[in-house]
Order: sequence, then structure tokens, then C-alpha cells
Amino acid sequence: MTAIPESMARPRSRFWRKLRANPSAILGGLLVAFFVLVALAAPLLPVPGPAETDWLAVRKPPSAAHLFGTDEIGRDVLSRMIWGAQASLLAGVVSVLIAVVLGVPLGVISGYRRGWTDAAISRFTEALLAAPFLILAIALAAFLGPSLRNAMIAIGLAAMPVFIRIARAQTMSVMTEDYVESARAIGLRHLPLITRYILPNIFPPILVQATLTIATAIIAEASLSFLGLGQQPPAPSWGSMLNTAKNFLEQAPWMAMWPGIGIFLVVLGFNLLGDGLRDALDPRDI
Amino acid sequence: MLTFLARRILIAIPTIVLISIFVFGMQKLLPGDPVLVMAGEERNPEVIEFLREKYRLNDPIPVQYATWVGNAVQGDLGISLRTQQPVLDLIAEKLPVTIQLAVMALIIALTIGIPAGVLSAYKKGTWVDWLANIVALSGLSIPNFWLGIMLILLVSVNLGWLPASGYRPLADDFWLSLKTMLMPAFVLGTALAATLMRHTRSAMLGVLQSDYVRTARAKGMSENKVLVKHALRNALVPIVTVTTLLFGELLAGAVLTEQIFTIPGFGKLIVDAVFNRDYAVVQGIVLCTGVAFIAMNILADAAYRILNPRMNE
Repeated sequence: MTAIPESMARPRSRFWRKLRANPSAILGGLLVAFFVLVALAAPLLPVPGPAETDWLAVRKPPSAAHLFGTDEIGRDVLSRMIWGAQASLLAGVVSVLIAVVLGVPLGVISGYRRGWTDAAISRFTEALLAAPFLILAIALAAFLGPSLRNAMIAIGLAAMPVFIRIARAQTMSVMTEDYVESARAIGLRHLPLITRYILPNIFPPILVQATLTIATAIIAEASLSFLGLGQQPPAPSWGSMLNTAKNFLEQAPWMAMWPGIGIFLVVLGFNLLGDGLRDALDPRDI
Repeated sequence: MLTFLARRILIAIPTIVLISIFVFGMQKLLPGDPVLVMAGEERNPEVIEFLREKYRLNDPIPVQYATWVGNAVQGDLGISLRTQQPVLDLIAEKLPVTIQLAVMALIIALTIGIPAGVLSAYKKGTWVDWLANIVALSGLSIPNFWLGIMLILLVSVNLGWLPASGYRPLADDFWLSLKTMLMPAFVLGTALAATLMRHTRSAMLGVLQSDYVRTARAKGMSENKVLVKHALRNALVPIVTVTTLLFGELLAGAVLTEQIFTIPGFGKLIVDAVFNRDYAVVQGIVLCTGVAFIAMNILADAAYRILNPRMNE
């Protein structure tokens, strides 16, 4: 049997091969997988509950009993890190889902219909883009009230314009392709044309953007919780842990160390994975 | 150029109107009667009556909006319920602090980001490029408020070199002011440097492959001259645009940085306003940043045209 030439390999297998050959993408994938596993397995892991206080072990440095040390009211920092991973990942994924579910249809309609609709949606997008991500999220959290749910809504709305823009640009370029032209020529209706021909073809760049936006959203959630506008205590979140830790820097520096390392690693994971996906999905260099 | 600017400003008008509708609409998100919330805990009947009159809350919503916008256009963004100062005065008072932080951060970002990006593109594929990319990616992934906390721990708590917090106006004591602001500016600047480095690198990679760079090398020009006079000068066009657009990131970063280092600027103003339920201040800040952002966008477009005369044809 002769090997199939590179250019004839199916796009999907080419994608996997390129992704697997990229060490930083693999590192990113492993980091993401690790945190997802930890977050899912949180109830099964042999650690004290995240809200269990031990007044005999207040602000104790890392030891065999408490691997990551304890916080200002004797809670196990490792346990709060593990449960905090749930809040971070949930916030990252849910807010990006909100942004994708609202943003992509708007972008597709905008690029598909052009004209008036496009102008209106574009102005709307610009107006949303005009408020910096965090300022918009802070303002929304202020008016909606501080909670993890509202932080996710605020981050999702703030992240939406990017997806409108990408979906719009991609739709416009796909619309000029021959297969879309011919599908229209044989009289396919709008909805089947969009779901069968346009959506599958604009999916790759949206997947890349979504992966990278999860990274931004996790930082945004941590920032909001750090400011006291996200996850409310005593529920654990890396951002709010840092907020408390700031007051005990001299006595208990480990309290500030772990949440930061956690955020850094999970965000790095999504960034590496997103960059890797972009390279693997790029049709230009095979 | 003038027609271009006029057209850009005309296009910006509907966007600004939409922003004002968003900002106005925010107060409608408040649960319950907004006046009762805005009047604070005392619920002084006089204050409530004053607010109802002022915002015309007994009128239909479009009339309320028109009144609000009418006031805003004349510079009346309402009054802070906490300090009883006009919101615009409050913003104007805090702005210089944040501008000092932003300018110092931008200088740090440019001095790190651009040379790193140029070097990384020039040494593409070598360990220098690899290292620069890792550092930039880490810069993008480290939450800058955590970096701030760690620096306080290292530089202020352990080494005692720089103050951990506070602010001194430039006019009071120039050097002390710069010294107090150095650490916050570094924290904010490094985050921007990462973005800037990545954009510089990709712009330089494009330019380094162009014919005129090859020609410059072929005629025996020194590498330094080729890099700076031919390559970087052309790569600067997209870099300038990106720098202008970093404004949003700069402001958002300033909110967190000011919170960590207790700097009494714009960012601390909005966070304090949120906690004090000082809604007029929150609305005023969002409206001002929105308009400023659009102005920056227009400036970026204008700069792009000035640097790239071919666009005018």
C-alpha cells in the first residue's frame, strides 16, 4: 500500500496530526484536562470541606496535614483551591457559552442579510465594544447585584461583540464561496442554507476564539471576585481568596501564592490550547 | 483628512447614542424603585422627591431618557449621593492620577514590548524567539492583580525598597510621586507589553520578508539600519494602531492596579461607587469611558492614515 499524499489526507486527520505534533498545544490540553478533572472530582478527593474551619490551625504554613496551608479562619487552602477550580472553570465556560449563543447568530444574520440589519447590528457591536471588558462587567455586576451568576452574565455580554464580529466576517467570506452560490442557485431556503453550509464552515475560527476567550473570562471572573463582585464568600473562588490573602501578606504569604498559580496555569492552558487550535486549523500552511 | 474625520465622527454618533441608551437602561435593571435605591438608606422624603423631579421619573421612559441625555450633553452627569459632588467634577478630579499611572505604564510597555517583538521576529525560530514568546504568553496568563500582590510581598514587605501603597501628586514631590507609582505602573505595563510584543513580532515578520528590506540588504546597508530605518518604520503602522486600542485594556487594568495599591484614581472611584451604590457615578464613568474609547478609535484611524499615506488615495 502506498501512503496517502499529505495534500489528500482528510482535513480532520490533518487537524489532529498537526495538533499532536505541537508540544505547546499538548501542554495546554493537559493543563486544561488536569483542572477539569480536579474540578469534577472535587467531592471525591480526600480533603476537608472547603468551608470547614479549624480554629486550632489558623494561618498555618503548608504541612503534611494541610499541604497548601490554612487560611485566616483555619480552612484548608488546598480544598478551597480544588473547589475554587469549579467556580473558575464554570465561569469561564458558561460566560463564553452566553457570548457564543448570543453573538454568533447576530453575526451570521449581520453578514448574511447585509444592508440595514448589518448596519444596525454593527453599530450595536461598536457600542458594546466601546466599554472596556472589565468596566462593563463591573457596571453590570453593580446593577444586577454581585453573585457568580451575574458575573457570568456580565462577562458573557462583555465578550459577545468579538463573536459577532468574527461570525459576521466569516459569514461574508463563506457567502462568496462556490458551494454557497450553488446551494442558493438550486433554491435552498435561508435556514437550511445557514445551518448546513454556513455554520459548519465558520465553526473553526469561532472555536479558536472561544478557547482563547475562556482564558480571558477566567481572569475576568477572578478579577470581579477579587473586587468582591463575583462569587460571594464563604463559597470558594480563586479571586476572592486573593482578596482576603492581600490582608495577610506578611503573616501568611502562602494564602496569596496558590490561587495566583492556579489562575496562571489554567489560563496558560487555555491560551496554549487556543494558539495550538489556531495553527492546526489554519488551512494556509499544510 | 478633514472629510475623513468628519465622516468618522458622523458614523460615531449613532454608536454614542446607543451607548447612552445602554447606560441609561442600566438603572432600569435595578430591582424595585430606582429612587428608593438611589436615595440610600435614610430614604429622606425630600431627597426622594428631589430625585423624582430631577430624573422626571413620573414621565414616560423616552422623556426620562431625553432629559437624562440633555443633562449629560451639558456636562451634568448627576450628583454623587455619597460626596454630594457633581459626577463630572469627581471624574475630573481622579483622572490625573489614572493618567499618570497610564502614561508611566505605557512607557514601560513600549520600552519592553517593541524591542522584544523586533528581536523575536529578527531571530525567528531561535531560542531568543522561543524565550520571548514564553515570557509574553506568561505575561498574558498571569493575572496582573496577582503580580501586584506578589511584588508588594517581595519589594515592599521583604526588601522594603518601595512603598506598598498610596499616592503622591506630581506637583507635591516629583521624585517621590514617580517612586510611589513605579510598582503599579510596572504591573500594568508588563501586562500590556505582552500584547504589544506579540503584535510587534507579527508586524515585523511581515515586513522582514518584503522586497524593500531585501533591496536594502542587497545594497549593503548595515543590519541595524535595515532593521530600524526600513523594517521597524513600516511595522510601526499597525503597532501605533494597536497601542491606541490598548486604551481599553489600560483602563481595565488600572481598575485592578489602583485597587491593589490603594491609588485614589478613576478605577478606585468606580469600584468604591459600586460598593456605595452610588449609581450616578457608575453610569457617568461608563458613559465617559465609552465616549473616550470611540474618540481613541477615531484617533487610531487618523494616525493610521497619517503614517500610511497610501490609504488616502
